[in-house]
Amino acid sequence: MNFNATLIGQSITFIVFVWFCMKYVWPPLMTALEERKAKIADGLAAAERGQKDLKLAQSRAGDNLKESKQQAQEIINQAQKRANEIVDEAKDIARDEADKIKVAATSDIEQQVNSAREQLRKEVSSIALAGAEQILKREVNAATHGKVLDDLMAQI
Amino acid sequence: MSGSIETSAEYIKHHLTNLTFGHTEQHGWGIAHSAEDIAEMGFWSLNLDSMGFSIGLGVLFLWFFQKIGKAATADVPGGWQNFVEMLFEFIDESVRGSFSGKNALIAPLSLTIFVWVFLMNFMDLLAVDHIPFLASAIGIPYLKIVPSTDPNITFGLSLSVFALTLYYSFKFKGAGGFFAELAFHPFPKFMMPVNLLLEGVTLIAKPISLALRLFGNMYAGEMIFILIALMYGGGWALGLFGGVLQLGWAIFHILIITLQAFIFMTLTIVYLDMASQESH
Repeated sequence: MNFNATLIGQSITFIVFVWFCMKYVWPPLMTALEERKAKIADGLAAAERGQKDLKLAQSRAGDNLKESKQQAQEIINQAQKRANEIVDEAKDIARDEADKIKVAATSDIEQQVNSAREQLRKEVSSIALAGAEQILKREVNAATHGKVLDDLMAQI
Repeated sequence: MSGSIETSAEYIKHHLTNLTFGHTEQHGWGIAHSAEDIAEMGFWSLNLDSMGFSIGLGVLFLWFFQKIGKAATADVPGGWQNFVEMLFEFIDESVRGSFSGKNALIAPLSLTIFVWVFLMNFMDLLAVDHIPFLASAIGIPYLKIVPSTDPNITFGLSLSVFALTLYYSFKFKGAGGFFAELAFHPFPKFMMPVNLLLEGVTLIAKPISLALRLFGNMYAGEMIFILIALMYGGGWALGLFGGVLQLGWAIFHILIITLQAFIFMTLTIVYLDMASQESH
């Protein structure tokens, strides 16, 4: 082992190399590594967030579905109720109408019966008068006995 | 193998000699051509091969990583970016695990040490003769291609780390705190000289063990490769056996070079962490 100035040369070289490495080699690579680390961390966070969002959306979709089902059921129920109501109303109206028609018919019949009775009465009275005329012949004066005939007519 | 090499001893010696640039009486400034030249050059000489390969590998590492870093995006990474990022995260994790404070220097320092030392060790896996042989063909007498088998290189690293350790010790503990750590521990205050001696040895042992561990492992590994390479000259049977041995050792060595680079880095982090802790 013989030492010579190589020792000094090597030391100087070493210092220069370390300085160069510290200045130009280490920082850019370290920056790239840090950047990638940050990027990966961001990516992972984003993925997690996405998953959470998906879960949230899924549960929201489920809720919506349930709600719509409920709403649909309600609408159907209401519709049925309404239909029932309409049917009931229609029945009521029909019944009223029928009653009205019945009343009208009854009164009509009554009227016709009355008028028929009137006519009958008139006819009976005239027949009776004619009969009486024929029976009595001249004995009975229409003018003098008119009042009696009217009373008879009213009694029929 | 330059033609003059004949004996095994010379072969080995040749492989363990650095290409040294320095001053001699006889030739003036120039490349050493023998061990005597190197001895004469003394301290003020430079191992051109160690320096050249270590700087070359360091520049390769920085150039490549900077290129990847420039093109790095936060999107899906490509093949090489993926590899570099893996390494980055590995280093970052090691630093986070061992260094308790916050310091922008530690991570790049660790990365540089790990990759650079690994690359320097990796040169060990190239066949011991090929590059030196090519070099001798163009007139270069010696060439050691593994920088981390040169103690100058490993000590250059560890002493720089040691200097940083001292700097942080003074910065975070203060001169008094640092002295207290050395003087009032592990025995009570009245045994201060003993404490100073013990802690001083511990302190000095850190950079020396750091450098010697790497150097020793790589030097021994290189030595085994050289010894195996010697077997190629001993007939086809021995040569075949040597080939199997070399393959086995190279595979095992992959583990060693990585482990040594990792240990060097981890110990650096640990030493700096100990230096940056304010209370003991």
